[in-house]
Amino acid sequence: MIEFKNISKTYKVAVREGGMKNAMKSLFTRNYKTIHALDDVSFQIGEGEMVGYIGPNGAGKSTTIKIMCGILTPDSGQCVIDGRIPYKERIAHVQQIGVVFGQRSQLWWDVPVIDSFELIKDIYRIDDKTYRRNLNDLTDLLAMGDLLKTPTRNLSLGQRMRCEIVASLLHDPKILFLDEPTIGLDAVSKISIRKFIKQVNEDRKTTVVLTTHDMQDIEALTERVILIGKGKILLDGKYNELRKRASNDKTLDIEYSGTIPELHEGMKLIKAQEAQMTISLNPDIMSVSEAISYLASHTTLMDVSVSDISAEQMVAELYKEYRI
Amino acid sequence: MKKYIFIFRLRFMNSLQYRTVVLGGVLKGFIWGFMEILMYKALYESSGSVFSMSFSQMVSYVWIQQVFMVLFRVVFADGEIYSSIAEGTIAYDLVRPVGLYGWWFSQSAANRLAFTILNCIPVFLLALLVPEPYRISWNLTVGQSIIFILSVLLAFLVVVSFAMLMYISLFYIIAQRGVRIIVTALTTFLSGGVVPLPFFPDKIRAIAQLLPFAAMQNTPLQIFCGNITGVNMIKAVAFQAFWFVTLFLIGKAAMAVSLKKVIVQGG
Repeated sequence: MIEFKNISKTYKVAVREGGMKNAMKSLFTRNYKTIHALDDVSFQIGEGEMVGYIGPNGAGKSTTIKIMCGILTPDSGQCVIDGRIPYKERIAHVQQIGVVFGQRSQLWWDVPVIDSFELIKDIYRIDDKTYRRNLNDLTDLLAMGDLLKTPTRNLSLGQRMRCEIVASLLHDPKILFLDEPTIGLDAVSKISIRKFIKQVNEDRKTTVVLTTHDMQDIEALTERVILIGKGKILLDGKYNELRKRASNDKTLDIEYSGTIPELHEGMKLIKAQEAQMTISLNPDIMSVSEAISYLASHTTLMDVSVSDISAEQMVAELYKEYRI
Repeated sequence: MKKYIFIFRLRFMNSLQYRTVVLGGVLKGFIWGFMEILMYKALYESSGSVFSMSFSQMVSYVWIQQVFMVLFRVVFADGEIYSSIAEGTIAYDLVRPVGLYGWWFSQSAANRLAFTILNCIPVFLLALLVPEPYRISWNLTVGQSIIFILSVLLAFLVVVSFAMLMYISLFYIIAQRGVRIIVTALTTFLSGGVVPLPFFPDKIRAIAQLLPFAAMQNTPLQIFCGNITGVNMIKAVAFQAFWFVTLFLIGKAAMAVSLKKVIVQGG
């Protein structure tokens, strides 16, 4: 469905040192810096797949999405999506895709949401039947009937994002690109958006490519993740494998009273507060049950909870490992 | 075609959403026009013979200029297009299955047209109600009226296609404010927005009359106040058509080149 072959893209950015003197100087001569946004990137995504595309800020995620949407032209390499080269046949290509940029809005600011939807219907030449069906299905799924009559500017961010996603699905796209769809949303909105995306992927067999910084999005949605850093693909595989690879350390949160326990080999202190501790445990050296009985023999344990390393920690570790 | 009509509808609804703006526009047009006429009246009374238009021609020129003010303005509030380039919402414009030139052109045209329709009728009615000699006079025959309307339409198309060139230049020059100031000054002056072109000194007028700016408000206004008549009207309209086609083709080509190296601002 999506094939990305040896794609590179560089940007030229004007740079100058701060300060008045340098500002004056830059009026006459400018220094440019070349940024390698993408450096020989290749991957393939199959039909109906849901892929998480992760990486720190500036890694090249948005550039990749924009090339796949036909907005940017790569310097070298080839991208073929559904038999077309997006940036060469932009208009035919975009008819088949839906896009949500979490940081921008595609709805017209001053008019009720339904008017924006109607315009999208005309732009994509959606026939009445398909439009009605999609609109009903999608708005039911998100329980947002009342929102349609409200002008976009009066919507909360969570409400707006739901409308944005519906807007990008009205024309039955084969592929849905979501660029940080949960950015800035509260927990409830995030959960409802995730549920919705999952449902769309399952019911409509829409291929979904998702970029995010929220690892819970990845955990809830995608089996496959692609990790990009400094313009290069670092990892491409199943989320669970990635997780194992990162670390299988356990995290122990304990509450205690009395003496401060000494740590055994294989334990590492992450955080200590009064009568509370967070310890990272390497289960190869000491099993969880051993660790608990060890701690219990050294202090009075009030409470213990054991968890796997959090997704955020895992990604932070991966970033560190690859120095990105 | 349907999608372009819809853009217009959306714009129109948008304009209606803000009634105070419409009211303000009408008042401004009327008062400004009236003041301009009073100024010219003073000038005509002191030395009427040096002007190449009669006072009643002048009155019609000023009123019809106010009626079509927005339609003939190169730099108008096309907020969406400016922010599209400056802040990167162009990313959304480009994931639509429409050509960007046509999309922006119709957006820009719809902005002006919607505002004009809401504005021009009240100003025109007011200009008909004021007492002589300040009243607007419609002295055109049916045939002339048709050519006048055609000329208004062409002037409008020249204005929008020129504005398109300005938008495309913003791909290269990010600071839009400077461009807007320069273009406003240049186009308003050279299209006869400050002083009618017939009042220009001969040598400057000879050049100014060949530029695309002369195909903007200058032509329909001159036709309306009877300064261009007969065969010259056909010539004037052909001149406008020439500039519209030329600017349109340049704009389309420039847009195609720019889009190949577009960079989306703001990630």
